[in-house]
Amino acid sequence: MAKATVREAEAYNMLVKGFHPPRQVARNFIKAYMVGGSICVVGQIILDYLVAKGVPFVQASSMTSSTMVFLGALLTGLGIYDEIGRFAGMGSALPITGFANSIVSPAMEFKREGFVLGVSARMFQIAGPVLVYGALSSIIVSILKVFVF
Amino acid sequence: MTLVRAFLVGGLLCGLAQLILDTTKANPAIIMVSAVSVGAVLSGLGLYGPLVTLGGAGATIPLTGFGHLLVTGMVEDATRSGLFGILTGGFRAASAALMAAIIFGYLMSVLFNPKG
Repeated sequence: MAKATVREAEAYNMLVKGFHPPRQVARNFIKAYMVGGSICVVGQIILDYLVAKGVPFVQASSMTSSTMVFLGALLTGLGIYDEIGRFAGMGSALPITGFANSIVSPAMEFKREGFVLGVSARMFQIAGPVLVYGALSSIIVSILKVFVF
Repeated sequence: MTLVRAFLVGGLLCGLAQLILDTTKANPAIIMVSAVSVGAVLSGLGLYGPLVTLGGAGATIPLTGFGHLLVTGMVEDATRSGLFGILTGGFRAASAALMAAIIFGYLMSVLFNPKG
């Protein structure tokens, strides 16, 4: 009887192992999709408003990004963005608001180490690599695009 | 309609990033860095421009759009002033977002303290 129970438990564990990860992955995908999509909708509302006001698309787009950066930084300061992040994962990390979050979060955390080596150095813990690899990859792509093809 | 398209495209990019996070060993920082590079490559292949036309902010707000922005600026300046344009174009195009990130990032870090 006890043996059967153990076997049943093992079978159950196998079943859970088999089904749990994919279901979790699907759920995380949907959460990230919903939150990431919603953040982009906020951006689109700002963009549409500016374009309707007669601002050229390129400028409107960069004003939108700047506004989103402000919102991301503010919500991080208020402690709200990390709550969203716990739910949404990459859904809140991938948008530019998440870039702002990656700046404010460590900078706040290391404030006690001072305003130079604490705040301003830690600001670029993740933003730095993003800029470095962004510069590298875009330079390579641009050289290929302009001078080779 | 622009809102629906922004939701679908932006959500899809974030969903795919989450899928990569859950199915590989990559951490969020690596995915954010890779997203910029992937955006740059897609831009170079001429695929990201149409995605921006389709998704609007849904394509420009995720970090892939940052890579696209860098390449667009570099190619623009390079066609105008040759090789040197490649050095000026990227951050010229991205200047507003970067300045905002530094200024607002610093300001909020000084004003607020971490919760908990």
